[in-house]
Amino acid sequence: MTARKAIAMISGGLDSTLALALVKRQGIEVKAINFYTGLCITETQRRKGGRPDGTMPQNEALRAAADLEVDIEYIDVSEQGYLDLIVNPRHGYGANANPCVDCRIFMMRKAREIMEREGASFVFTGEVLGQRPKSQRRDTLRAVEKESGLTGRLVRPLSARLLEPSIPEREGILDRSLLLDINGRSRQRQIRLARELGIAEWPQPAGGCCYLTDESFSRKFFDVLDAREAAGEERRIRKEDLVLLSTGRHLRLSPGVKMMVGRSELENAVLDAYGAGRARVAARDLNGPVALVEGTPTWEERQLAARIVARYGKGKEHPEVAVDWLEDGLLETLTVAPEKDEARIESMRI
Amino acid sequence: MPAPSLPAPDLTLDTSGRLCPYPIVEIARAMKGLEPGAVVCVLATDPGIATDMPMWCRATRNEHLGTFREGASFRSWVRKRVAP
Repeated sequence: MTARKAIAMISGGLDSTLALALVKRQGIEVKAINFYTGLCITETQRRKGGRPDGTMPQNEALRAAADLEVDIEYIDVSEQGYLDLIVNPRHGYGANANPCVDCRIFMMRKAREIMEREGASFVFTGEVLGQRPKSQRRDTLRAVEKESGLTGRLVRPLSARLLEPSIPEREGILDRSLLLDINGRSRQRQIRLARELGIAEWPQPAGGCCYLTDESFSRKFFDVLDAREAAGEERRIRKEDLVLLSTGRHLRLSPGVKMMVGRSELENAVLDAYGAGRARVAARDLNGPVALVEGTPTWEERQLAARIVARYGKGKEHPEVAVDWLEDGLLETLTVAPEKDEARIESMRI
Repeated sequence: MPAPSLPAPDLTLDTSGRLCPYPIVEIARAMKGLEPGAVVCVLATDPGIATDMPMWCRATRNEHLGTFREGASFRSWVRKRVAP
């Protein structure tokens, strides 16, 4: 394998864009790949109409590939095999529900398959030695390379001169002297290099766009797993969970009963699409949230759920609100006073 | 509405109801089986296609002929690149 062709794993962030530019300027043909996990915060914001400040984020991987005129392919990994991996990571979690090391190994194995299919001679990433506390330590970078089956064929152009020379460097496909020796969390050198290379655009702020690194999402993620385990079910995440975990306020009314309350019309529409097997709760004649309730609530919990729906709707100042409870095709109307005890709601928030 | 000068598509892909980046995944897959110069029309409901399709075309050197909104959905025309 001595082809002057490489596979770039890109997110569209500054580091992977620079890595792409560094390899491409050596005259190497590059094919970029971007993984779709279903866990990307930016994609979720896009489909919900944009950021809270009204701006619409762009797809940064596409933008980077377009700016550097590199062919790009999406790899959809949002299937059960990947979901099982994030629940049972061999290398453990980072600060939240982020199994970054296992995830990297998983993706790099896929990249290796694509490298072989495309007849390329190496894979490269925008990883920087020492930039992340766990996944980008020297020993972890080496372990990931080995476990993915890419030993010698995984290049980190931004830190390459601090690492063992790779096979494409030894074979003269890549000129090591044109690769870099960046180490650590500071991004000053990357920003300078971006200016030198004429790269005008990259996403701000830097850092991952993966829900698993988000503290609030992680709480909800582990709550689902713990609740399933407590109910004697398999400790698994399903594809629809990913959509629901990033939608609405999540409240645990009791160990076996959870409530999800929409925060916008779009979130209400999303919840409506996932009503099967759950109770749909919404005020009868007033605008307000759609809520889904999972589990088998007691009479008191049904009342409480209805009061919470009333509290987040237009009738929150009314003495009573009629709330429809639709479950298994049966409609019941509960007339309740909107919940006033904010501390109680807060204590149930997951 | 689309401009009247747009060519009749050789292939129409309906990605309605699917979220970005699926419209791009679908067109990328379909393009592999088409002759150079073939025209594809992609129907989508995810508004992300309006920014994604021109960028994907720029990255892959396919020709973006236009993306037009039609009520709640979008139609995007792409011509497969002729040069390798």
